[in-house]
Amino acid sequence: MSQPRHLAGEFFLSGDEACAEGAINAGCRFFAGYPITPATEIAERMSERLPEVGGTYIQMEDELASMAAVLGASWGGVKAMTATSGPGFSLMMENIGLGAMTETPCVVVDIQRAGPSTGLPTLTGQGDMLQARWGSHGCYSIIALSPDSPQELYDLTIKAFNLSEQFRVPVLIMSEAATGHMYERVVIKSVEELELLPRRKPNVPPEEYLPYQPDDDLVPAMASAGEGYGFHTTGLTHDERGYPAMSVEAQDRLIRRLVDKIEKNKDAIIELEEDGTENAEVIVCSYGISARISQMAVQMARDEGMKVGILRLITVWPFPDERIRGLAQTARAFVVPEINYGQIVREVERCAGGKRTVLVPHMGGTVHNPHTIFEAIRQAVK
Amino acid sequence: MAERHEIRLCGFGGQGVILAGHIIGQAAAIYEHKHATFIQDYGPEARGGSTRADVVVSDERVTYPYIETPTVLLAMSQPAYDKYHPQNHRDALVIIDAELVKPIVEAGKKVISVPARRIAEELGRTAVANSVMLGFFTAATGIVSPDAIKKAIAASVPKNTIELNLKAFDRGYAYGLEHSEAR
Amino acid sequence: MTKVIVSNQKHPLDTYLRTDRLPHIWCPGCGIGAVLHAFLRALLDSGVDLKKVALVSGIGCTGRVAGYVRLDSFHTTHGRALPFATGLKIANPELKLVVFSGDGDLIAIGGNHFIHAARRNIDMTVICVNNFNYGMTGGQLGPTTPLTGRTTTTMRGNIEEPFNIPYLAAAAGAVYIARWTTAHIHSLEHSIGEALAKKGFSLVEAISPCPTYYGRMNKQPTGLDQIRYFRYNSIVRHGIDPRLVGIEANGQIVVGKFVDIERPYIPGATGSGNGRTT
Repeated sequence: MSQPRHLAGEFFLSGDEACAEGAINAGCRFFAGYPITPATEIAERMSERLPEVGGTYIQMEDELASMAAVLGASWGGVKAMTATSGPGFSLMMENIGLGAMTETPCVVVDIQRAGPSTGLPTLTGQGDMLQARWGSHGCYSIIALSPDSPQELYDLTIKAFNLSEQFRVPVLIMSEAATGHMYERVVIKSVEELELLPRRKPNVPPEEYLPYQPDDDLVPAMASAGEGYGFHTTGLTHDERGYPAMSVEAQDRLIRRLVDKIEKNKDAIIELEEDGTENAEVIVCSYGISARISQMAVQMARDEGMKVGILRLITVWPFPDERIRGLAQTARAFVVPEINYGQIVREVERCAGGKRTVLVPHMGGTVHNPHTIFEAIRQAVK
Repeated sequence: MAERHEIRLCGFGGQGVILAGHIIGQAAAIYEHKHATFIQDYGPEARGGSTRADVVVSDERVTYPYIETPTVLLAMSQPAYDKYHPQNHRDALVIIDAELVKPIVEAGKKVISVPARRIAEELGRTAVANSVMLGFFTAATGIVSPDAIKKAIAASVPKNTIELNLKAFDRGYAYGLEHSEAR
Repeated sequence: MTKVIVSNQKHPLDTYLRTDRLPHIWCPGCGIGAVLHAFLRALLDSGVDLKKVALVSGIGCTGRVAGYVRLDSFHTTHGRALPFATGLKIANPELKLVVFSGDGDLIAIGGNHFIHAARRNIDMTVICVNNFNYGMTGGQLGPTTPLTGRTTTTMRGNIEEPFNIPYLAAAAGAVYIARWTTAHIHSLEHSIGEALAKKGFSLVEAISPCPTYYGRMNKQPTGLDQIRYFRYNSIVRHGIDPRLVGIEANGQIVVGKFVDIERPYIPGATGSGNGRTT
């Protein structure tokens, strides 16, 4: 085995490549995947890079298996990731649910393309944003991040691993073909400078260990297989011992905690970027490549003297309800460009307190023309 | 307003058009610390047909990484030229391979043809025609420095072809200085 | 008056079970408990460090095994025990991986994972309890239900050919394949022991009664009826070509060790990574 090799310096990378390097530097040592455009480059780079740092790439028979293997690897004590696009993301929903239920840290990257079904295999979309939140059956909560550049695909992949360990939850990176296939400068700091969160290990002997007894922040400590804890974990509703508990009370306790551990820790999770939102009449609220494109439209509007701010959702889930409610106190309208026919706009509208909320839809295949967004801003200012 | 160059490279698959685009982007972003994005035309329809690389170089962050009206079009095949030249910016500089593209001559349009393939042939490998083109592009546009492009070439091509590619670049660059008003 | 004697004596295997979870969910006459018993005895005999054993199950009656053993155990999603176990094994190659699940879980919904795990020759032991139907959901057609067999979704008799599990496993590349019934508990235990010692993808199929559903609907209404059928209709044929071990309705059941070969497996003996070794 060759010496661990971590990149450091400045590189001209695609978003997909940057994502893989972020994973490597975050300590990811297991990747299970299945080829799918436009996420394949992540798998290819991981297959090349993981053996160089003592990790393993395995190509599974489908995305059902990829997601299951990622969960298994995480319970083996290894940071694990997979990457896919819409059709594969749909298949992963089953075991993302198991990951949420068993509180398994892992990272799932969705380089979105336009759907539904096979859709536009190589062309961009943002149609999986609500699936990210609600895609697996039952009630749970999840974390999803949305990068707007190759640099952020690198940075947020590292952040995703940290959040997944801190909150014991699958963390989704909701990117899109436009960003995954875009090349740009990516600055990679030496791995020694990174703050990487380790797994929350139990600090009690095996006979006292309760695998699902939460700490104060509602997150329990996690043993790995083979450490002598002899624990049981199940996708069934379970009690603090991890044992199946088929009762209304157990269900109530567990589901409240699974949701609350994310929703009540929102302040520690949510990251937003704002520009000119103070005193703005119109606020453009967007995410991923659409937020990036919106910046150009916002500049055009400002050049014409309009008071426009931009709120970029770096964290999409959990949703920043509070911040949007706050902005709705002063803003007259929200403009929401996204590459779908209206997903995140529903959330914005929910929090906008009756203020006008304007969707700028795009059915996918490419990004918005900035002039379209500009026009929507102009209409909203009126 | 920021200075923004929209550079489109196009040709047949296999001519190294994509690599050349990546090299320009890398040279600008890494070795000159400008802002640059690079996007390749990506799709099944690209196989065997025209391939395309779009590079935006700017002194500000590129919020919109797509090209509507190229300011530089570098074409290495007739079908690609035919497909893309109508989209050009009216002041666009068009650089074509003399042997592969017959341009439409229009008054006031800047078209420069370069015998890139022939020069590459003289060097013993037609595969380095893209490096000749890069040399010419560098001399004719001044968007990135020859030094930065050469560093990017060395970082991008297979080790055993670095020397040949740099030689091809130098030939293209020299030809460019002679035959264009270098800016 | 009948005298009820309550024994305080511990069962020798109690130490290895989560006795605080008993009674189990299995019906009277069900064979899963017997297979679990054979497995635990084989595991104890094998000398493997129990702290280094991980047991993974899918969904179904047999899938509940994970919840009863005092081991690191994972009760996963329907059909996905094998890919889950694959990730776990690669993450920590020191673990002895056992996948314990039913025929529906492993061969129908998980069938694709089954052939691919065997093809990769992932180092794990699979114990497949085959009771010819879906028990937990109430006795529906399974991938192993014999032709003409009655289930709650084939009340007029099954018209589909079932899978011959050993043949499927052999074709896909499993290095160790044995089949017994719950009427052959010692042989079953012996084969599970051999499978645990084997490097690579080993499979033990355990034919088991499901009197509540399959047996009742196919003229073997009690566990004892089914055991009797197994006992008097089984024939031991070690080394027989697995193509020849398909099971017909109320027909002969060929049992024995069918395959025991060597093949490169994953993860390799050198530790983590894709390094392959024999």
